[in-house]
Amino acid sequence: MALLEIEDLTVRYGSISAVRHAAITVGTGEVVGIVGPNGAGKSTTLGAVAGLRPPAGGRVRFDGTDVTGWSPDRMLRSGLALVPERRRIFVDLTVRENLLVGGATVRGSERARLLDEVGDLFAVLRARWNTSAGYLSGGEAQQLAIARALMSRPTMILMDEPSLGLAPILVDAVFDLVSELRRQGRTLLVVEQNAVRMLQVADRAYVMRSGEVVAGGRSAELAGRTDLFETYVGRSAL
Amino acid sequence: MTELVQQTVDGLGRGSEYALIALGIALIFGVMHLVNFAHGELITVSAYVAYLMFTLDLAWWAYAPVIVATAVGTAVAIEFVAFRWVRGAPDFTMLLTSFGVHFVVAALFVMFVSANVRTFDRPDWITNTVSLGGVNLEVFDLVTIAVTAITLLATVYLLQRTMFGVSLRAAAADFDTARLMGIRSDRVIRGAFILAGVLAGIAAVFVLMRTGRASPTAGLTPMLKGVLAALIGGLGSMSGAVLGGFVLGLVEVLLLARLPDGWVGLTNGIVFLGIALLFTFRPQGLISVGHAERV
Repeated sequence: MALLEIEDLTVRYGSISAVRHAAITVGTGEVVGIVGPNGAGKSTTLGAVAGLRPPAGGRVRFDGTDVTGWSPDRMLRSGLALVPERRRIFVDLTVRENLLVGGATVRGSERARLLDEVGDLFAVLRARWNTSAGYLSGGEAQQLAIARALMSRPTMILMDEPSLGLAPILVDAVFDLVSELRRQGRTLLVVEQNAVRMLQVADRAYVMRSGEVVAGGRSAELAGRTDLFETYVGRSAL
Repeated sequence: MTELVQQTVDGLGRGSEYALIALGIALIFGVMHLVNFAHGELITVSAYVAYLMFTLDLAWWAYAPVIVATAVGTAVAIEFVAFRWVRGAPDFTMLLTSFGVHFVVAALFVMFVSANVRTFDRPDWITNTVSLGGVNLEVFDLVTIAVTAITLLATVYLLQRTMFGVSLRAAAADFDTARLMGIRSDRVIRGAFILAGVLAGIAAVFVLMRTGRASPTAGLTPMLKGVLAALIGGLGSMSGAVLGGFVLGLVEVLLLARLPDGWVGLTNGIVFLGIALLFTFRPQGLISVGHAERV
C-alpha cells in the first residue's frame, strides 16, 4: 500500500481550477518528483496535500488515513513535514533556534536528541549553530529548511521547489542532499522545475501541465521520453 | 553637569515605563499584526483595583502583585473576549476592535463607577531623594530603573532561552511559517498577551505610584506613549520598542527641563515633530525588523 495516495484531486482558486483530477502515489522509502513548467499546478498540489489549501474535490490518504483538508499543523503532527518554497527560514533566529522551531511538535528530550542527529547530518549547519540564519548562503539556507523539516521526525517530507533561486553550484548541493536522504530511506515528494536534475535523483516522477498530471512512471523511463518533455515541459528542461 | 545627570536619570525612569508598555505592544504586534490601542486598558483596570485596595486600607507593598495580576487577567480577558474572534481578519478590523475595547472599557467605568477621577495616597518614599556623588536622585526613579532592568533581563532570558520564547519570536517574524512548523497559534498568542500583561502590570505599578489617580482614561496617555515608543524603535522590533521607550522618556524630560517656562506646553508637539523627522529619514524606525521570505 502506498504511504501517500492522492486521488482525483481538484484545487480551485475562485472559479479557476489550478489542479484537475490529479492522481499521485508515493510508496514508503521512495523519492517521487513532480515536474512541469511554471503554472502547471505542482506547488498547488503540494499545498493541498500539506493542508495549505483545501481541495475542491478528490481525496488525500496518508498512511492509510483520509487526511483530506487537514490543517498544516495536524498534517505535521501526523508525520508529514513541508519544506516550503523559497525556504522561509526565520532570518532573525539563529540556525539552532530555527531547528528548535522545526521540532516544536516533539518532546523536549527528543528535540535535543534530534538536534544532535541533524547536526551530524548537516555539518555546515552545526558549524554555524549560533549564527543568525539571515547570514546563511542560499544553499545553506536550503539545508536549514530541510534540516528543520527533519526535526519534526517526519514519516514523509514534501519539498516545494528546493532549487528555486539558487546558483547552479548550490543546486548541485541541494540535489546531492536529496540523494543522501534517499540513501537513508526517507520518503520524499519533491516539486521541482528542474526536471532533468529531479529525474536523476527520483525513483519515480509525474509530469504536470496546466493543472493535470499528463504522465508518470519510473524516472529512467521518463528521462528517455524526449517527446514528452518537448510537448509538456519545454525543450529547456532537457 | 549635575543637572544633566539628574535629568538623565529622571528621563530613564520615565522611559522605563514607556519601554515596558512599548515592549508589550511590540509583542502583540509581532504575533497579530495589531497595534493594540486597548493596551492602555490594562493600566485603567489596574488603576481602579489600586483604588479599591486603597479604600480597603491595604499596604502599598501588597499593591504591586495584585496590580500585575490584574493587568495579566485583563490582557487574557481582552484577547479571549475581543481579539480571538477577529483573528485572521484584515489588520484594519483588528485595529477597530482595539479601539472598540478601549471605548467600551472606558464607558463601563463611567457607567458603573464614575466619570470623576479617584485619587489615592501614594507611598511616602517615592518623593525621597538619595545623594550619590553629590547628585541628588529620586529614589522612585532609581527603583523604577532597577526593576525595569531586572524585568527586561528576565524577558530577554524568556525570549532567548526558552522554547516558548523561541516560538514567540518565530511567530513574530513569520506567523504563517511558524504555524507550518507546528507552533500552536493559540498558545503563542495567549502567551504574548500574558507576557504583555506582566510588562504592562509592572509599568502600571510605577504609573499609579507616580500619579495616584484612577479614571476611565487612566491608561490612555501611557498607551499612546507606548505606541509612540514602539514606532520610534521600529514597530515589531522588541529591542527597538525598549530603545524607543528610553529615547522618548529622555527627550521628554530634557525638553521639559530645558525649554523656557512659557514653552513647556510645546513639549509633545516638539516630540511629534521629532518623530516625523525621524520617519522622514528612517521610515523603519531606529531598528529595522528582518522578515523571513514570504511566498
